[in-house]
Amino acid sequence: MSRIVSYIARAAWPFCLVYGLYIVLHGHLTPGGGFQGGAVMATGAALMMVSGAWGAAGREGHFRRAEGLESLGLIGFIAVAFGGLLFGAAFFQNWLANTGTSFFGLAVVPGPNGGVMRTAGTLPLMNLAVGIEVFGGISVILCALQRTFHHADGDEDGDDIPDVADGEARPGGGKPVEQVIAAIRGEEAGDDD
Amino acid sequence: MTTELLTNAPYIAAGVLMLVGLAVIFYRRNLIRMLMGCSLVESAVNLFLVAMGYRHDAAAPIYTNAEAGAKMVLPTVQALTLTAIVIGLATSAMMLAFVIVIHRHYGTLDINEVRRLRE
Amino acid sequence: MSTPLPINACFIPPLLVGFPLLGAFLLPLAVKVARPLRTALFLFVTAVTSGLALWLAWVVLANGGAPVSYLFGAAKGAALAVPAADGEMPIRILFHIDAASALMLGVTALTSLAAALVAVCSEAGATGKRFFYPLFLLLVGGVYGMCLTGDLFNFFVFLEITSLSGSALAAYRIDRGLAAEAGLKYACVSSLAGLSFLLGTGILLAQHNLLNMAAIAAHFAGAGLTRLDLVALALLVAPLLLKCGAVPMHHWTPDTYSRAPHPVSAFLLVSSQASLYGLFRVVFTIYGGAEGFPARTLGLALLAVAVLSMFIGVTMALLQHDVKRLIAHHAVSQTGYMILGAATCLFVLPGAAQVADFGRDALAGSFFHMMNYALYNGLLFVGAGAVIYRTGRRNLDAMGGLARAMPWTAVCFGVGALAIAGIPPLSGFASKWVLYESSFRLSPFLALVAMVVSLLTLASFVKVFQSMFLGPEKAGFAEVRDVPMPWGVAMVFLAVLTLLIGLFPGVVMDRVLLPAADALLHPSAYCAIFEPGVP
Repeated sequence: MSRIVSYIARAAWPFCLVYGLYIVLHGHLTPGGGFQGGAVMATGAALMMVSGAWGAAGREGHFRRAEGLESLGLIGFIAVAFGGLLFGAAFFQNWLANTGTSFFGLAVVPGPNGGVMRTAGTLPLMNLAVGIEVFGGISVILCALQRTFHHADGDEDGDDIPDVADGEARPGGGKPVEQVIAAIRGEEAGDDD
Repeated sequence: MTTELLTNAPYIAAGVLMLVGLAVIFYRRNLIRMLMGCSLVESAVNLFLVAMGYRHDAAAPIYTNAEAGAKMVLPTVQALTLTAIVIGLATSAMMLAFVIVIHRHYGTLDINEVRRLRE
Repeated sequence: MSTPLPINACFIPPLLVGFPLLGAFLLPLAVKVARPLRTALFLFVTAVTSGLALWLAWVVLANGGAPVSYLFGAAKGAALAVPAADGEMPIRILFHIDAASALMLGVTALTSLAAALVAVCSEAGATGKRFFYPLFLLLVGGVYGMCLTGDLFNFFVFLEITSLSGSALAAYRIDRGLAAEAGLKYACVSSLAGLSFLLGTGILLAQHNLLNMAAIAAHFAGAGLTRLDLVALALLVAPLLLKCGAVPMHHWTPDTYSRAPHPVSAFLLVSSQASLYGLFRVVFTIYGGAEGFPARTLGLALLAVAVLSMFIGVTMALLQHDVKRLIAHHAVSQTGYMILGAATCLFVLPGAAQVADFGRDALAGSFFHMMNYALYNGLLFVGAGAVIYRTGRRNLDAMGGLARAMPWTAVCFGVGALAIAGIPPLSGFASKWVLYESSFRLSPFLALVAMVVSLLTLASFVKVFQSMFLGPEKAGFAEVRDVPMPWGVAMVFLAVLTLLIGLFPGVVMDRVLLPAADALLHPSAYCAIFEPGVP
């Protein structure tokens, strides 16, 4: 990719994150929420990867960090759910709502209004957890897919994901992404018979 | 007649989408195209679900946006659809990963050649 | 005896799903602390969940099958399932456990425990445990969810969770792409099945504004069926038949089961069982009590499916040389037996006298076979896996004389093989006998097919056992030892269960199976919490 593209991607990256985070945090007030906001943030990550702004060097680190985010989000989500059991009565119970605390505990104001941020109890917390999880999860998927295209020769990945039994021929291995796409297109051409 | 067509348009669209998706799955030999077919069927089901919740003259189901006592669109199906979309995303990502692995080992995406398990 | 429920038991249902999920998400962190901690945590989570599941099943059965309910997010503890006074159902997810669910919980608990023990050994030397254990826990949690849930959409979600984690696990050891091919097949088929189920659910929701199984059943019992409800029935039944591997849609079964890692094959059986349980739930609980339910037509169709599954499964198995593929084909044939019992009951459902006469027994036999099958077929997969693990070969022609090197495996595999063939002191005989007797009352032809298939199964397994364990020892097996200890423990555990159930079938029948069959045949107890809401 050209340098212009990667510069612009770098400029757009913080905006993607902020916009995604906005959607996540307003999930209990407006359409959107954890999944959508997380997906927007992950779009930013996709942009950085495709434009080459992240380079090949830090790829392993990005993968690890994305995995960490994924775990963090999932644990946060299930922890809030278990919180219902600990602080309230039931699994997934909204134990924060309408408690009067300013930490998302205020009552919802009925009628048309702009929406009060600090309402809805555990919903924003869950949205945040899901947002982090989806951001991490989609980034993991993107990293993994990118990795399969980029270094598909020899033993890939330094991680412990099971790979092929060693030393066997790999017809499609080791090709850069353009060639793989060309291979797919080529088969498409013969698809009609 | 025309109004009937118009009110049923989302359902008709969902049906057409589903047929197209199924046709792609059954008549295309390329694995990636098959996965596209799966996604089309999924979209058809989602469209059906969302269309089902529509009510004439109703507001979006946002508590703080609507007048008191206003009619709202059914929110249940929207929640269902969102869940289904998320599941669909996970499924397609996983199936694409399988396709990449298959392409790497077999060197082809033609389903007539990707059948080594049969032997 | 109907003592009031111990209050603590009310909190088990969400934990059965919550614990495996929590464990799955904690595992990546545990490995950062210490590597052995991961295995320990994995086993601990599985064991605790199994223990809780068995406890819950015990509570439900000890209370005479009175359903235990759990409403997610409701504010009041025990009385949380009562709907609002005006009969309007709050949009909430309900876990609803009656005797039939309790049976499935027990099966899942026992098999998941054995499979987890095997997984610890079979994966010990391999790389990539980072995702294997979490995925396995997700699969376990998903299967528990399918058994627990009382909500159609929730069932769909758990169905998809099991499909996703199941296909990821099936393809886990890529195996020159073969496992990926099997995984893709399973994933593609399951995702289409899931979408069909979702469409059926959507049609029901559109018509009745209900998602809750018990609520829909109560509504149907009062208002009867519309034509669209029948379309929805077809859309719900077909995917569940597909997921349990019955014949017209069984092509994924041999591929997926044979290529999956050994403990996963053993546990995927249970996830298929859960789909079958879902099928029974839809057919008997939701639609069974409704006016205009075409029980005879559907029963006839299912009988055809059952006969074809039994016969085609076993004939295909006779041709196989790959030992796991052979057992997988037998799995198709055994599924046929389970459907046979349920279909017999469904066929006579309109006649109360016939149901009392043999329909109820047929359904109980169906459940009996599900239970036995999960145990002995799991045992067979795990035993065959042990041989593959130690010898590295899966072709029957390349094995031989292993009984001396692997005595424990040989004995346990032998028990499993005799059970699947229906030889008397073992569990398979008891359940098959119930099925023969009840289906004979409907038509001698059915019982005849079942017996012939049983004979063919015996022939097939005599061949398997002989070529694996008996005869002269093949070259290259000098180093072969018996499996590691936990693996052996798992096999002995399953074999002892198979033997015990075979020795005391009457106890199991009276305490577990007949209550489960009654729970499906008389859904009024299941729907009781929605009675006020029926218009």
